[in-house]
Amino acid sequence: MSGFLLSLGTMQEAAPSPTSIAVTDLACRRGDRVLFSRLSLNLKAGDALQVAGHNGIGKSSLLRIIAGLAPAFAGSVSVEGTVGLLDERPALDPALPLGRALAFWGALDLLEESKATGDLARLGLVSLLDVPVRYLSTGQKKRAALARLLGQKARVWLLDEPLNGLDGHAVELAETITAQHCAAGGIAVIASHQTFRLPAMRILPLSDFALQEQAA
Amino acid sequence: MNGRIAALLRRDLSRLLLRGRGGGAMLPVLFFLSVAMLYPFAVGPDAPLLARTGGGVIWVAALLAAILPLDRLVEPDIELGMFDQWALRGISEELVIAVRVIAHWLSFGPPLMLAALPAAALLGLDAKTLRVVEIGLLAGTPGLAALGVTVAALTAGLRGGAALSGLLVIPMAVPVLIFGAGSLGTGGASGLALTAAASLVLIAIAPFAGGAAVRAARG
Repeated sequence: MSGFLLSLGTMQEAAPSPTSIAVTDLACRRGDRVLFSRLSLNLKAGDALQVAGHNGIGKSSLLRIIAGLAPAFAGSVSVEGTVGLLDERPALDPALPLGRALAFWGALDLLEESKATGDLARLGLVSLLDVPVRYLSTGQKKRAALARLLGQKARVWLLDEPLNGLDGHAVELAETITAQHCAAGGIAVIASHQTFRLPAMRILPLSDFALQEQAA
Repeated sequence: MNGRIAALLRRDLSRLLLRGRGGGAMLPVLFFLSVAMLYPFAVGPDAPLLARTGGGVIWVAALLAAILPLDRLVEPDIELGMFDQWALRGISEELVIAVRVIAHWLSFGPPLMLAALPAAALLGLDAKTLRVVEIGLLAGTPGLAALGVTVAALTAGLRGGAALSGLLVIPMAVPVLIFGAGSLGTGGASGLALTAAASLVLIAIAPFAGGAAVRAARG
């Protein structure tokens, strides 16, 4: 069974599976407030999109709806390709050393040892592998979460405030990694109020879709 | 898929059994033993009375011990975002909950059955009663584990969820307790069979009720 999954994984690597996001007339409701409505967008392989807007306008909600983790109030979302989500929660066991916390996801994602080692070195996490996750700084946890995302080998990346807590060097690293992901035929949707420098990135101002009376 | 279940089970066991906060599997066992130790002090050294009521005390102690780890069964993983990441990988909440029921049972069922041996000595139970207690615990504790995980999922994210989950488990555990402790009085297999039946019902419900509760808590 695991051999079958492994061969399936390598097959996907060889011939990229179709990757796209199609959002049609989407509306999102939090509590009894409609945050945005009539939002449509289409993304194909290689596209990058930054969702911009002030706090509370529904950037994270949009990402969670695309990920299928939250229901849409109206409209439809269809996503082709595996989805990876990076948000403010690293999803790593706080009590475990970083190496073992990441190894758990590596086991679930059938991650090859060589790729895991390469990703860790790239993100500067090798010296932190023995440190329990709860002692890591915000930026270090973010980099660890990026390692988890890279290991997942998902086609669609949903990044919710990916630059929070990262220093200048790490910001460049995150941008480079995301650019490479798109260049390899992946999709990146970035919800951030900070500038995220990517080649040929589209910007979606979410305030355009906020309801008039709510915006006032 | 099997590899994923193994990875989930390994993580659950290491969290619940070995290195969990609050002593892991030791805390319920020590709690269980202290109840068995306190009971003779409270009712006096009346050997026939202890032997007659001791089995029931073991059952009550087992039920209360099963409640202790409830607050760290489901809620921490929702807060950490683990369930979101599992969902994105196609690992359903139902599967995670089913695995967690197994892990939770392994972390308190067998240890309690072992601890029932010294507890039986403290209460002066004879070999026949002890045998019925042990078989009853084997039949009943899986149901208690399933119930515990379900209620932990239902109360995850609520304020005072830990206290509330204890209160919710107790009434729903009554069938298991009645049949399990009742089998001591009759000494018959029918009580044990009913304990196992009540247990199986709880186990069958747990993944679906727990999975739905986790999805609802995610919002």
